[in-house]
Amino acid sequence: MERVLLDEKSVERSIIRITHEILEKNQGSKNLSLIGIRTRGIFLAKRIREKISQIENREMPVGVLDITMYRDDIGMLKTPEVKKTDIPFTVNGMTIVLVDDVLHTGRTIRAAIDAIMDLGRPARIQLAVLVDRGLRELPIQPNYTGILYTAAPEEEVSVKLREIDGKDEVVLSTST
Amino acid sequence: MNWIHKDLLGVRDLSREEILFLLDTADSFRDISRRDIKKVPTLRGKTIITLFYEPSTRTRVSFEIAAKRLSADTINISTSSSSVVKGETLSDMGRNLQSMRPDVIVIRHNMPGAPHLLSKILDCSIINAGDGAHEHPTQALLDLFTMREKKETLDGLKIAIVGDIAHSRVARSNIFALKKFNTEITCCAPPTMIPPGLEELGVSVTDRLGEAVVDKDVIMMLRIQKERGGTSYIPSIREYSSFYCLSEEHVGLARKDVIIMHPGPMNRGVEISDRVADGAFSVILDQVENGVAVRMAVLYLLSGGES
Repeated sequence: MERVLLDEKSVERSIIRITHEILEKNQGSKNLSLIGIRTRGIFLAKRIREKISQIENREMPVGVLDITMYRDDIGMLKTPEVKKTDIPFTVNGMTIVLVDDVLHTGRTIRAAIDAIMDLGRPARIQLAVLVDRGLRELPIQPNYTGILYTAAPEEEVSVKLREIDGKDEVVLSTST
Repeated sequence: MNWIHKDLLGVRDLSREEILFLLDTADSFRDISRRDIKKVPTLRGKTIITLFYEPSTRTRVSFEIAAKRLSADTINISTSSSSVVKGETLSDMGRNLQSMRPDVIVIRHNMPGAPHLLSKILDCSIINAGDGAHEHPTQALLDLFTMREKKETLDGLKIAIVGDIAHSRVARSNIFALKKFNTEITCCAPPTMIPPGLEELGVSVTDRLGEAVVDKDVIMMLRIQKERGGTSYIPSIREYSSFYCLSEEHVGLARKDVIIMHPGPMNRGVEISDRVADGAFSVILDQVENGVAVRMAVLYLLSGGES
């Protein structure tokens, strides 16, 4: 069974609102950097960058983070594929906005924070997610949320983005 | 791709896809060595033993650095300071080490098949770091990584491998690995250093260096394996070097963007001249840097899977 939580227009509106919130909270885009978590976080970060450049008339780089090397479940599952991390700027003294599609247990974000800390000393790290589906296992909260939907453990929340899935959509499905 | 191997005993056992997957993984790990904080927590809690029955600087240090950058604990055993001198057999040594529960044993041994023996009797992962004149898989993988980095693709490359082919595990592993790609390989050495039937591996053979290097993308030089009796196959080192020492004139016969490789240790003036070893075409030190990344990838893939 599938249910659409966000359709194409709602995804777009969420990204616009998140962008404005980021700029409001940080009083502009000075010292601000975006880092997208593989895979869909990258595309969301790029879209936020686009919006920021329209509003602030300023180009900013987007970093790509692969958290595999920092996972806490290596050895417990099939060897996860390690892909490249590419952060083309220094993180020292910057405000980093981490971008991901779904926030669930918080373990990915824990790994991402550790990975960024190994690259330097950012002034602060903030978190933007398109969906917060609840059921946290670690004390991690987002600063910017597209939609909050507390899903049951057996429910799956999946984000589709046109860059790789052909369309923008957030879908809730129940495994039976 | 799902990595299925517990051990890395030779490149012969790997498919083309597995090799490419491993090189891609190594590419991700290489960035770690270029950062200020050269450590990730990936293999924390894992124990890796390096067991070397033959001398080594590069390979042993490379494995140790690779393991440490992944946060694994490393223990190095060289046989001169171990109970091997008291007469302990390889299998007893292996079983005793296993009782201390390592996750990976990296072994170099003068006898071909020694890592395979350990693999049969032990549960932990075994990595062959060189077994006699048989295989040296991580060397071939780092060589392929370097070739792919410099030439973008392995398919279509023309490669000359020059030196003591008969006693070289580096040559053997490179031939096994490169033949899985669409490459042309020419082996060059005095006839006494060419093993019989070498052509059956799909390589061409010549005893003239001037012919071997023509039009090549890659020239790989090997040293004479004195420890395997290599010098008794030639009249003298001086005569060998007069025919087989790679000079700038030879390099001029190859492709304009040729790369010169050597697994080390180099014997300057014997198989390679100073000017070539230190020249613009030499990628010998890149090989060493890439070796750490490739070994990180191997350790990760072997010990990262389901336990």
